Amino acid sequence: MINWQFFLEILFPALQEGFLMTIKLVCWSIPIGLVVGIVIAVGRVYGNIIVSFFCKAYIVFFRGTPLLIQLFILYYGLPSLGIYLSPFVASVIGFILCSSAYHAEYIRGAIQSVKSGQILAAQALGMSKISAVLNIVLPQALRRAIPGCSNEIIYLIKYSSLAFMVTCIELTGAGKIVASRYFAYTEVFLVIGVIYLALVSLVSKLLNILEDRLAFPGWENKK
Amino acid sequence: MPKNKELILQVKDIHKSFGDKEVLKGISFEVHKGETKVIIGPSGMGKSTLLRCINQLTIPDKGTIWLRGQEVNHHNARQINQFRQKIGMVFQDFNLFDHLNAVSNVEIALIKVKGMKKQEARDKAMSELQKVGLVKQAFLYPAELSGGQKQRVSIARALAMDPEVMLFDEPTSALDPELIGEVLGVMQKLAQEGMTMVVVTHEMGFARSVADEIIFLERGRILESGPPEKLFYQPEYERTRKFLFKLTELYGDIKGYHKR
Repeated sequence: MINWQFFLEILFPALQEGFLMTIKLVCWSIPIGLVVGIVIAVGRVYGNIIVSFFCKAYIVFFRGTPLLIQLFILYYGLPSLGIYLSPFVASVIGFILCSSAYHAEYIRGAIQSVKSGQILAAQALGMSKISAVLNIVLPQALRRAIPGCSNEIIYLIKYSSLAFMVTCIELTGAGKIVASRYFAYTEVFLVIGVIYLALVSLVSKLLNILEDRLAFPGWENKK
Repeated sequence: MPKNKELILQVKDIHKSFGDKEVLKGISFEVHKGETKVIIGPSGMGKSTLLRCINQLTIPDKGTIWLRGQEVNHHNARQINQFRQKIGMVFQDFNLFDHLNAVSNVEIALIKVKGMKKQEARDKAMSELQKVGLVKQAFLYPAELSGGQKQRVSIARALAMDPEVMLFDEPTSALDPELIGEVLGVMQKLAQEGMTMVVVTHEMGFARSVADEIIFLERGRILESGPPEKLFYQPEYERTRKFLFKLTELYGDIKGYHKR
């Protein structure tokens, strides 16, 4: 017998707040993570030795250590250096650092797949290297990076649940609290699973639409 | 072409090595206003490298480039960018910007480099496309254009910058034979209108009818240079005669571009 009262009066209101927190987390983390990823990728490919080395080290570090450890350091570790971050800020920073490292590698691959003649032609017209990268290389590379970056964005939506581990009560955290209090693990986590699935499906769809919108003739067959 | 015309481009003693292979061993020549110089020579002998050294896409190891009496300083990135605006370059494999349609390909440097207003750049780009006969194709993307059309767009793109001199790096080598004529036709028209041009090509018909001087480059040096009649009929070296004879045999003398 399904206890509708539990769902309607206890679970959903509790999840609603958590859901909004999850949305807030990803709405901050996705765009900033993407921008940082672009910067790191460009720095790695076009930077001088020092910049390129820094970008490589950034990727090795943030891709190579567990996100949970990064979050713990940000939230529990930094106060020993006198830096106090709120659970929300610590989570967002952690997500940005981690996702940007992954984005950077997807974007680097895409940048390197743009033919070198494209930059030569831009420079031959008098464009500076920076202008050629911004106006010619990145518009092509970012389109190519969409499938890879979509992967990372979807993954970020799901690993945003780790924010709970640094006491930022998002969807999973809110559910966990209700589940333990009412001992209703199956119902709660099933509902949460369905919510994540719906969210991810929606975002995938949007990203597909974006990819189609940005396609140009000669491009479609590359999908 | 009278020699008393204004001096546009001076190439002085250009050397360039890749690893221990010296591809250019001291190349010097001058180009006057309205002249067309054709550079020929066996493949892999540094013709493309020479063109790239002229607009500093490849930095020469030694030697200098002068445009209208001003030396190009390759340590000054800003000066190089300004200098490149005055030198149009057309590549063998077109290098159109894949994500932009034809008219955007032509106008992007006008907007981003010259700082032109969008509408002004669009008008200028359309008039350049008209010169190469591609107004109807203005909104097609590179993937929708034939090779000959792509190369004509790339010529329009270079012309839009109002260059002092145009460099052509084997502009027809990547084209199907039946598309070569349309590109050579555009180039011939340009030469007739007084554009200063340096052309690397194997098209002997074009060289013979358009060039003021042919430069024969071999083993990193200029073996021989002179007006087409001299190189074709009274070359100083047997090697020149043989090479020209072979090219003419291979590529034919005249390739339909004269029909335009």
